[in-house]
Amino acid sequence: MSASPTLLIDELSFSYSGKKALDKVSFAIQPGECTVLLGSNGAGKSTLFSLITRLYDTRQGRIELCGFDIKKQTRNALAKLGVVFQQTTLDMDLTVMQNLRYHTALHGMGRQLANQRIQQELERLSMYERRFEKVRQLNGGHRRRVEIARSLLHKPSLLLLDEPTVGLDVPSRQALVEYVHQLVADEDLAVLWASHLIDEIYPSDHVIVLHKGQIKAKGSVDEVIAVTQSSQIKEAFTKLTEAA
Amino acid sequence: MNIVHYWRALWGIVWRELFRFVTQRERFVSALVRPLVWLFVFAAGFRAALGLAITPPYETYILYEVYITPGLCGMIQLFNGMQSSLSMVYDREMGSMRVLMVCPLPRWFLLFSKLLAGVGVSVLQVYVFLVIAWFYDIKAPWLGYAWVLPALLLSGLMLGALGLLLSSFIKQLENFAGVMNFVIFPMFFMSTALYPLWKMKESSAFLYDLAQYNPFSQAVELIRFALYGQLNQHALFYTLAAFIVFMAAAIIGYNPSKGMMVKKGGSG
Repeated sequence: MSASPTLLIDELSFSYSGKKALDKVSFAIQPGECTVLLGSNGAGKSTLFSLITRLYDTRQGRIELCGFDIKKQTRNALAKLGVVFQQTTLDMDLTVMQNLRYHTALHGMGRQLANQRIQQELERLSMYERRFEKVRQLNGGHRRRVEIARSLLHKPSLLLLDEPTVGLDVPSRQALVEYVHQLVADEDLAVLWASHLIDEIYPSDHVIVLHKGQIKAKGSVDEVIAVTQSSQIKEAFTKLTEAA
Repeated sequence: MNIVHYWRALWGIVWRELFRFVTQRERFVSALVRPLVWLFVFAAGFRAALGLAITPPYETYILYEVYITPGLCGMIQLFNGMQSSLSMVYDREMGSMRVLMVCPLPRWFLLFSKLLAGVGVSVLQVYVFLVIAWFYDIKAPWLGYAWVLPALLLSGLMLGALGLLLSSFIKQLENFAGVMNFVIFPMFFMSTALYPLWKMKESSAFLYDLAQYNPFSQAVELIRFALYGQLNQHALFYTLAAFIVFMAAAIIGYNPSKGMMVKKGGSG
């Protein structure tokens, strides 16, 4: 385990017009670690993601990405971050290639490097053959694949996934979950995966249960099960969120 | 983070906007139809009703169509600025704005690039309109077509910055109808686009004052004078000042520490 975490969240609080959305949230994610952020709707997952991506300002607490403070060293921190948002954020009228080129331009990559990375990422997801198709022509699962490819083009250290499997059929969901876990294992990538679907959790994952803006439990799957005296993670989640 | 990164990002944003505009033929056509209807129908109908005295930059009596042409150039840019603002709100609702906002470049630069991309589109529209107007026998001096370019860039930037500012305040796409009613129409009608200020003074001193301080009036005058190879200094400084104010306010509006973004909330 490395001494410096890829993501460090320290005593993070956030309110909307006086209503607390996050309350003193603290955790860390190490390289090569997949952490699933479990929480029902309104738990504060999207707020947390908006703070990590700097769409909202951090007023109380601290966020560090690879040692860079998101508030003070925003650009260095964002350069280390890959994001897949809950909603599709691809331009439907552009082709797969054009969408990805746009992303590489925003990250300052030259054409040659961009083409090389695009080919590499699309091939890994079996989407290279479809690079000249308009995104509108792709189904939900394939769009998600393109978004995963896009989020990895600039070789981030942390991948944020905000409920990426919403709306996907079972095979597409399974393929995506498997692919991300493979990335974690092969490339030492740190992943923070927001979800409310228990079956997306692997035994090797870390889990954070967020409820009404507070962390109710965190640790490995086994640790969370043990601490709640449950037989499985689903039961642990129910106990933690219903007791509150 | 070097200058090449900035240039690539700027080019990427501008290219995307231009490409989208050119490929969306309906948008291209409708952007031209609006001013052409005003030119061919409205102006023809009002030609007899509105007599115009000789006023700078014109050196002789002119037809009403000639008078409103710079105003219609401004109108194209006004609508384009608001269209960009609409697309920003749409992008934000659809999430693609987030892709832009999480890239490792300063937010002011990203907003300025987005603005510049919109201006590029509007300048393209204006030149196509001027070509059609030329065939309709509304002709400016040849040099005027070159002089008008910097004027169009500045007026486009000012109106685009206004659109950007508005987009930081508009929470949902549905609220955009309000922008039409409370911004576009008052700005357009209370300006020198359709009638000179002295005409308005004859009707209402209050409206005259409003029109005079309306930044859109100044943008139109800047375009009007430039199209005839002249510089209207007052209009230039006024438009420039309005651009700086709108842009600064828009940057604050999109700043996560100070602006409106944080008030828009999230659900998960």
